[in-house]
Amino acid sequence: MKVRMTKTCVNLALVASLSAMLSACWEAPPTVSEQIGFRGTGMWTSTDGDRVEELVAANVLPEPIPAPATTAGPKAGDIYQNVQVLGDLSIGEFTHTMLAITQWVSPEQGCNYCHNGENFADDDLYTKVVARRMIQMNQSINNDWSSHVGSTGVTCLTCHRGQNVPEYIWFEEDGPKTAGGMAGKSYSQNHAAMDVGSTSMLSDPFSAYLNDDPATIRVIQNRPLAIKGDERYASTQATENTYSLMIHMSESLGVNCTACHNTRAFSSWDEAPPARTTAWHGLKMVPSLNQEYLDPLQGEYPDNRLGPLGDAPKVNCATCHQGANKPFYGQSMLDDYPVWKANSGS
Amino acid sequence: MSMLNFEKKYRTRGGTIIGGDLFDFWVGPFYVGFFGVTTIFFATLGTLLILYGAAIGDTWNVWRINIAPPDLSYGLGMAPLKEGGLWQIITVCATGAFVSWTLRQAEISRKLGMGYHIPIAFSFAVFAYIALVIIRPILLGAWGHGFPYGILSHLDWVSNVGYQFLHFHYNPAHMLAVTFFFTNALALSLHGGLVLSSTNPGKGQKVKTPEHEDTYFRDIIGYSIGTLGIHRLGMFLAVSAAFWSAVCIIISGPFWSQGWPAWWNWWLELPIWH
Repeated sequence: MKVRMTKTCVNLALVASLSAMLSACWEAPPTVSEQIGFRGTGMWTSTDGDRVEELVAANVLPEPIPAPATTAGPKAGDIYQNVQVLGDLSIGEFTHTMLAITQWVSPEQGCNYCHNGENFADDDLYTKVVARRMIQMNQSINNDWSSHVGSTGVTCLTCHRGQNVPEYIWFEEDGPKTAGGMAGKSYSQNHAAMDVGSTSMLSDPFSAYLNDDPATIRVIQNRPLAIKGDERYASTQATENTYSLMIHMSESLGVNCTACHNTRAFSSWDEAPPARTTAWHGLKMVPSLNQEYLDPLQGEYPDNRLGPLGDAPKVNCATCHQGANKPFYGQSMLDDYPVWKANSGS
Repeated sequence: MSMLNFEKKYRTRGGTIIGGDLFDFWVGPFYVGFFGVTTIFFATLGTLLILYGAAIGDTWNVWRINIAPPDLSYGLGMAPLKEGGLWQIITVCATGAFVSWTLRQAEISRKLGMGYHIPIAFSFAVFAYIALVIIRPILLGAWGHGFPYGILSHLDWVSNVGYQFLHFHYNPAHMLAVTFFFTNALALSLHGGLVLSSTNPGKGQKVKTPEHEDTYFRDIIGYSIGTLGIHRLGMFLAVSAAFWSAVCIIISGPFWSQGWPAWWNWWLELPIWH
C-alpha cells in the first residue's frame, strides 16, 4: 500500500511538472484577429490578446518636447562650428533636435555620449560621426522612401527606443561551432535561429537578401518543372532561403504570411493584400540603407560595436518594426519634429 | 423489398433513446427512427440551402461554388443571410444531421444488442467537424473563423490558415494526427492485403485460416495482433487520427497565435542545456 502511495505521488509530481512545463508554452484566449481579405478565405492576422497589450504598451510615443517658439533667428551653422548636416536650422530648432536625439538615443549618458564635453564641435567620438550619418539616413528614408514609410516617416526613436544601440540589428554570422570534417559545415542552417522564427532554415538570410547585390527573392517559377537554365529557375535551396527571409519578416512585423499573400498563389499580385506593395518597397529600401549608410561606417566603430566577423551593425525589418506591423502603429512624429522631413543634404 | 434470411431477428422494436415507439419502424430495408427523421430533415434543409446559396452566388461550376462564413466583424452574432447567415444556418443543419446520424447508429446498436463502437468511432469525425466550425470560432470570438463550404474555397482556407502559423507541420497535434492517419493507412493496407490473400488462394489451394494469417505476420515481423486485435488497433488508429486533427485546429489560434516553429522553443529552453 505504502509503495503504491509513493508511486502515485511520484506519478502525480511527474504529471504536475510536465503540465507546468507545457503550460509555459501555451497562450490563452482571447485572440485578437484582423480580417484582411474576403470573408471565409482565411485572410486574417491573429495575435494573442496579452501580446497585443504588450505591443500597444511598447509602442506608445513619449510626450513631444515642446517646439521652439520661433524658427527665426541666426542659423546653427553660423553660430556653432563644424555643423555639417543641420546647419540650416535656427538655434531654437537645432537645440530642439539635439534634445530630442538625446532623449531617443542616449537618455542616460546625455550630450556627452556623442560630444566631447570640452568642445562640442570636436569629431573625436565615433558616436558623433555615426550619429551625423544616421541623421542623413533618417532624412533620406523620409524623403526618398515614402513608398515604404508613407507620410508617417521615421525618427531615431523608431529604431533606438531610448537605447544607444537599437535592440534588433544584425551581423554576418560566424555560425555555431561544428565538429569539423564532413559534418564541419553547417551552411548556416539546421540549428534553431531566433531571427528566423527558430526554424532550422538559413539562419542569416540578411547577408544574401538585405545587403550588397541582393539575391532574387522571387522563387515561384513561370512554368511547371522548370530546370536549371530556365529564365526563372530557382533551386530548392533558394526557395528555402526565401522562406527563411519571409519568416523573419513575419516575426518582425508580428503578422503571418496572409498579411501580404493569398497563399493559394503566393506570387499573384492581383490577389495580394495592399500591404505587399509596402513590403516590396521595404525589401528595396533595407539593402540600400545597409549599403549606403550602415556598411560604410565600419571603419568608424570601435571593435566592441562590430560583429564577430568584423562587419558593421546593419538593419533588417525588426530594427524598426519590433513586432508591430507598423512601427508605433503608424503614429507619426514628423509634425512634432519637422526637421526629420527636411532634406539637409546627404 | 426482400429481406435477408438472418435480417428478421435484427428487426427488433424498442431500444430507442428518445421518443419511445415514435418512428420505430422500417421502410423497406431502412430503419427510420426519430433520429432518422431528424437526419433527413437537417440533411435536406442543409442541402437545399447550399443549392440556394449556389443559386444566388457567382457560379454553378461545382468546383467553385462557395458558401462563405460571415465577416469577422459580426463576431458571434447572426449575419444577414447573403453575408454569411446562410453559412450559419447550413452549419446548424450539418451539425444536426451528423449528430442525428450518430444517435441513429447508437439506437441501431442497442437494437442489435452490440457495443457502441460504431457511434463512438463516428462521433470522433463529427467532433472534428464541430471543432472546426463551432468550438474554434467560439474560442476565437467570431463565426467568421469557420471554414467556407466549397470544394476549392475550403482548400484556400486551409492553405491560408496553415500559413497563419508560418509552418503548420510544426503543430505538435498536427504531427500526431498525420502520423495516426498514415499508420492507419498502413495497418489497413496490411490487414486488407492479408485478408484478400488468405481468402483468394491460388488455384487448387484451400482458403487459409487465421492461424495461417497469424503465422504469416509472426514470420515477417515477429508478431501478429490477431483477428480481433487488428480491428481494435484499427479503431484506435482511426479515432486517434480524427481526435488529434480536432485538437490541432482547436489549439491553432485560441492557444497559440505565433508561428508553430516557435512553439518548440520550450525544447530549446529545457534546463538541461539552456
